[in-house]
Amino acid sequence: MAEEQTNIKKIMHVMRHAPHGTIYTYEGLEMILIMAAYEQDISIAFIGDGVYALKKGQDTAGIDIKGFAKTFMALDGYDVEKLYVDAASLAERGLTEDDLVVDVEVLSSGEIGRLMGEQDVVLPH
Amino acid sequence: MPEPGYLSMRSSGSFASQIINQGTIVNIGILLKEGPYNHQASDTAYKFAEAAIAKGHKVDAVFLYNDGVTNVNKLMDPPQDDRHIADRWSKLSKQHGVEVLACIAASKRRGINDDILIEGGEITGLGTLTDIAIRNDRLVTFGD
Repeated sequence: MAEEQTNIKKIMHVMRHAPHGTIYTYEGLEMILIMAAYEQDISIAFIGDGVYALKKGQDTAGIDIKGFAKTFMALDGYDVEKLYVDAASLAERGLTEDDLVVDVEVLSSGEIGRLMGEQDVVLPH
Repeated sequence: MPEPGYLSMRSSGSFASQIINQGTIVNIGILLKEGPYNHQASDTAYKFAEAAIAKGHKVDAVFLYNDGVTNVNKLMDPPQDDRHIADRWSKLSKQHGVEVLACIAASKRRGINDDILIEGGEITGLGTLTDIAIRNDRLVTFGD
């Protein structure tokens, strides 16, 4: 298997929670930034409430939390460029691609499922 | 070698058999994202590790992330008729050579340090999790 010879693994991080309320998204992002240094084939899928992580205009001043939506904008600097967003999750929340802080690929749930099936590792956050 | 891929972040009785009844020896890494007692994830991860080892598979490491790092706090002192979750991880490490690793960044946030760490536990970086993900056939996640 070619991918084993080069030892580059396909690793998908799955953002499933709203960005605030729990720490899952923030610590997930920390994990992504570290893993990005290991030259693996990294992607991120945003599904369910996970899509809110990318929403423009977040103001976290009132909850004493450092906002981190901007960090998602910096990911291409770490060569993490594959950002997938579930179309149904966006639509259910009244959001469109224009509401998001970064350029993403909006895919159907089926397409995201197919991509998950191609991964060596899937890390839910 | 089995096809690599996503299993499940949740688990159930039948879930363990999905991964371990394949007739081949599987190298397994475990990622545990929840603290002890509050959530079942820690118990399920432990039972899964035990079952996998009993079937002859290799459990390489248990990596603790998010509140999962509090699993290795030796100061926990549950009632005597309850399971001692920290001791259980310590025993798993000593008896079966499973590395029990807590993420340093997550540990610092939650006051976990070498002074209160169980025997057999270790505090390490997320790079180690990356290595675990790369070198094993499966990385199985437990948590919400």
